Amino acid sequence: MDNIFVYLEIEDGVVADVSLELLTKGRSLANQLGCKLEAVAVGDHLGTVEKQVFPYGVDVLHIFSDKRLSPYTTLPHASILVKLFQEEKPQIALLGATVVGRDLAPRVSSALRSGLTADCTSLEIGDHVDVKTKKVYKNLLYQIRPAFGGNIVAWIINPEHRPQMATVREGVMKKEIYDPQYRGEIVEHNVDEYVSDKDFVVSIIDRHVEKPKVNIKNASIIVSGGYGVGSKENFQLLYELADLLGGEVGASRAAVDAGFAEHERQIGQTGVTVRPKLYIACGISGQIQHIAGMQDSSIIISINSDPNAPIHNIADYVIVGEVENVIPKMIKYYKKNTK
Amino acid sequence: MLANLNSFFIFVAPKILKNTFEKMTFNIIVLAKQVPDTRNVGKDAMKADGTVNRAALPAIFNPEDLNALEQALGIKDQFPGSKITVLTMGPVRAAEILREGLFRGSDDGVLLTDRAFAGSDTLATSYALSMAIRKIGNFDLILAGRQAIDGDTAQVGPQVAEKMGISQVTYVEEIQKIDSKKIRVKRRLDNGVEIVESPLPVLITVNNSARPCRPRNAKLLQKYKHAKTITERQAENIDYIGLYSSRPYLNLTEWSAADVNSDPKLCGLAGSPTKVKKIENVVFQAKESKRLTDSDEEIDELMKELIRNHTIG
Repeated sequence: MDNIFVYLEIEDGVVADVSLELLTKGRSLANQLGCKLEAVAVGDHLGTVEKQVFPYGVDVLHIFSDKRLSPYTTLPHASILVKLFQEEKPQIALLGATVVGRDLAPRVSSALRSGLTADCTSLEIGDHVDVKTKKVYKNLLYQIRPAFGGNIVAWIINPEHRPQMATVREGVMKKEIYDPQYRGEIVEHNVDEYVSDKDFVVSIIDRHVEKPKVNIKNASIIVSGGYGVGSKENFQLLYELADLLGGEVGASRAAVDAGFAEHERQIGQTGVTVRPKLYIACGISGQIQHIAGMQDSSIIISINSDPNAPIHNIADYVIVGEVENVIPKMIKYYKKNTK
Repeated sequence: MLANLNSFFIFVAPKILKNTFEKMTFNIIVLAKQVPDTRNVGKDAMKADGTVNRAALPAIFNPEDLNALEQALGIKDQFPGSKITVLTMGPVRAAEILREGLFRGSDDGVLLTDRAFAGSDTLATSYALSMAIRKIGNFDLILAGRQAIDGDTAQVGPQVAEKMGISQVTYVEEIQKIDSKKIRVKRRLDNGVEIVESPLPVLITVNNSARPCRPRNAKLLQKYKHAKTITERQAENIDYIGLYSSRPYLNLTEWSAADVNSDPKLCGLAGSPTKVKKIENVVFQAKESKRLTDSDEEIDELMKELIRNHTIG
């Protein structure tokens, strides 16, 4: 009771990075609260999951193994989490803000009538005093996220309902081994006690999973474009510079919405979070929801014709000028002065 | 033999087809939300302190809800006689998107509006919507946008499905096939696609990668431009009585919390497990940044520095 639970997202027996990142965060929250960290593995071929997750400080690993549970479908996974949470009464439950997590978490939270906050960018423990009742709540989970299109940051709490549920995008939290020798307890559950035949009415006819074509998460240099780049054609300049520097091209949400770049390249709260060595922001105004996804870059260069663009406030180098004017100059100098 | 077969089809087939078509119509509910257009916050929407003046933002039909509406319209194209009801919860003004739906081809609009709903989080919202859906009654399919641009939570769809006790398929970009018992859809995964089949009724949330919604239809615009909810008619205080009794399709349905038999404890702030502790208008700490112009010399100097300190090169 009152422990922290992390739902593990598993594809072909491999636990997703986002789940390991949540275990890392969950471990530090558990230490702060003096409670246990528990992980839930639902699927098939789960043999190596324990080896993958125990080093992250998992105290209890719940296993639900059945070939009908993989690939993921909503209803059986939801039934399992709902019943398990009713039995175990966690105080906090964390899921990745992936297609799976964002499909599953709201269904579970609705069934349990617990609160849920999507796409958190920070999770902290703190107290709360209700203004009206003066009731004091100790050690709540502050679920912190940009809201309203990224124009504000909201601190959300669930004072009365448990578990306090939150989803977090991949890359937002850091993934860190807690103790390579750490061993927790394994609990194998009887799946039939948690699911019924009615949970299997939705069937997967076909499924194609591809390795991501774009790997901006691990790129050390990112040339990123916003709405201010102006067109898909102008984005070619960004590709040229990125290729030259051995980097990748990223984009703001506005640029993706405008069709200048693919969705996989979106950086920000509702896209990918990145921490490259160099981030060149081209024609990006700098809404919070974008900045949330790139502010930890080591060096930030902002190129924007608007001298008052908010992005300039977090940049190390500010170039006030047109993107299509500045980038070719960078390309030209680099070509002339390297190799 | 061949001739016999032909005549068989000529005389019998139309009857079979007719029966099939009569049977194959669908009652579709589209969940929609009126949202402030947060995508392009212009200068006129910024207050002096750098925060957003929400009132200055245009209110629009949530973009992905339009994608959902288009999927419903596609089914109606294929199965004439199908009925599309757009359901929204919000202030009286949200009736605007019900008219928008009618202009594009929906058959009916329901506005769920009540002060009791103010401050609803996603759970209280999905409860209220589910009560309205129960009152609408007969449905085969519920469609909704994957998420609304003012919150981006993507929670209301799955929560409504749970409250209705039906299955859900999220992140859908195409409805491939529907018959009286089941539906087949293509959904987008993080790194791939999935073809999924679900029995009806089901709730489906639609991505912006689905085809865009068709534009307004000029005839429908003429037909429905005076469609109003009761509160709108009263507020305008114009004698439309004759118009609204002779053309009942101009009466947009408006329901209160009591109309849908909702439990006040589960509505609005009281029914919301999540509370907003505080809202911050984040002002970024200005870094000590070097300011450059776009002159050749200054760009060259910057590149030189980046190469020298091994950031690039």
